[in-house]
Amino acid sequence: MDNVIIAESLGKCFGAFRALNGVSFSVRAGECFGFLGHNGAGKSTTMKMIYGLSTVDEGILTLFGQSHRLTPPAIKAQMGVVPQEDNLDTELTVLENLETYGGLFGLSRREARVRAQELLDFMGLSNKAADNVESLSGGLKRRLVIARSLMNHPQLVVLDEPTTGLDPQARHLVWQKLRALKAEGVTLLLTTHYMEEASQLCDRLVLMHEGLILAEGSPPELVKKHMPPCAIEVRLPFDSLPQDFADKVTAAGGEVLRVADALFLYAVDGKKLWDQLDAWGVPRHACFLRAATLEDVFLKLTGRGPE
Amino acid sequence: MMKAMRVLVRHMRVFMKTWKHNLMYNVAEPLLYLSAMGFGLGLFVQEVNGVSYIEFIAPGMIALSGMYSATFECTYGTFVRIYYEKTFHSMLAAPVTITDVIWGEILYGAVKSILFGLVILGVIAALGLIKSPAVILLPLVLGLTGLVFAELAICFTALVKNIDYLNYYITLIITPFFLFGGLYFPVDALPPLAQTLNWVNPLYHSVELCRALCLGNLAPGLGMHAGILIGMAALASPFPVKLMERKIIS
Repeated sequence: MDNVIIAESLGKCFGAFRALNGVSFSVRAGECFGFLGHNGAGKSTTMKMIYGLSTVDEGILTLFGQSHRLTPPAIKAQMGVVPQEDNLDTELTVLENLETYGGLFGLSRREARVRAQELLDFMGLSNKAADNVESLSGGLKRRLVIARSLMNHPQLVVLDEPTTGLDPQARHLVWQKLRALKAEGVTLLLTTHYMEEASQLCDRLVLMHEGLILAEGSPPELVKKHMPPCAIEVRLPFDSLPQDFADKVTAAGGEVLRVADALFLYAVDGKKLWDQLDAWGVPRHACFLRAATLEDVFLKLTGRGPE
Repeated sequence: MMKAMRVLVRHMRVFMKTWKHNLMYNVAEPLLYLSAMGFGLGLFVQEVNGVSYIEFIAPGMIALSGMYSATFECTYGTFVRIYYEKTFHSMLAAPVTITDVIWGEILYGAVKSILFGLVILGVIAALGLIKSPAVILLPLVLGLTGLVFAELAICFTALVKNIDYLNYYITLIITPFFLFGGLYFPVDALPPLAQTLNWVNPLYHSVELCRALCLGNLAPGLGMHAGILIGMAALASPFPVKLMERKIIS
């Protein structure tokens, strides 16, 4: 099977609010596929449809070759879920959390213990097995939730903002584990609002905004398709810039993007634009020249900055 | 539905860790009522229906514990598992359905009713207040009591959005059940309308069954009380899943 997930024109309304407005995408076996977007863009609604907390009211969602209105247990048995919020059993120890969760998949206590110990090893949590969950740091809890999602040897793991709220070190550790999982052939589907996370992990991603998919591709493809290669960040209040500044940039072949009070300039030849900034009345020490990134694609397509 | 057992096993594993804190409201409260009423009020009441006052009220405490255990587990316990601990979401990510999860909750409520009811039974037996070997059937009555109250509690929990609203259920429904359910005085002392209303009070039927089994008054009317409890459990059974499905599955 090439595609693990095929979504065709998914739509969802909550009362008058239209959370999804015709979302189509497909996820290939073995890839890491990302959903990038603001809170409220429709990422979590799509994830909930996939893991069976939300019904498919419009469109068709095909998982492992089958379409259902609500994802049934037989399909959930092939899936692992890392939800946005840690929902560990706080009364239980680290090891007991995994064993107990294994029971929901029909594993015997012995099978669950063997698998749990493998996963604690894999996630670097072996020395925490007897600890109470409450005593774990945010990063360790996250790793435990990921370990829990792997109890059933899933073919697909759905991760809803796996590193939100983690410090950089903990985030890098989680990323490493996710890369290792992918190397084992597990398909990963993740949502994030961190551009760096999307760039680091995703083979392909979609950019979501207000219930729509605005763009799809690999991170480098998306940058290449939507942005000139160079970006200049102007770190001055918009009101303090010369009135004709934007016109000058445009006349010189650059693109101007204003996001809230920040200004971004894009150009094929960024150096040329950079050299003229002082002459146009914008001091270069208040600007920053860099290569265009996924973040710029996001800014341009959504017309808003990332949170 | 078959996988509700997996959910029950999950809850029992947590229970094994937390049963000590649970003893407080499920067991201590009925025992406080028993001692206050039995030893206090009992001094002023000679006999009720041919038995001492403490013998009269003691079996009702078993039923009361059964009602409380299922009620608190499936109101506050369930609410916390949905909104605070997010246990429902983690369980539903596993290969179980909302039907399995809800029946797991109800069964857990019923199991707790049996366990905590039996603790009260132990205390009452130690006080020498058990008069009949028929008491061996008590776990069945407790299980049935737990089932009915767990179903009702889940329905109410499915309807509220704020944990404070659960107080309404406890104060306006559960408290009248135990005040007028024939625990502290025979229900024929009540005005006729209240007597009629008591027929829809599951605790009343449970108390009558517990008292008969503890004291050995195995009158033919008992089958009717049991039948009504079974009927209530059956009648309420479709609603917990239907109401919770609306709440949990968007």
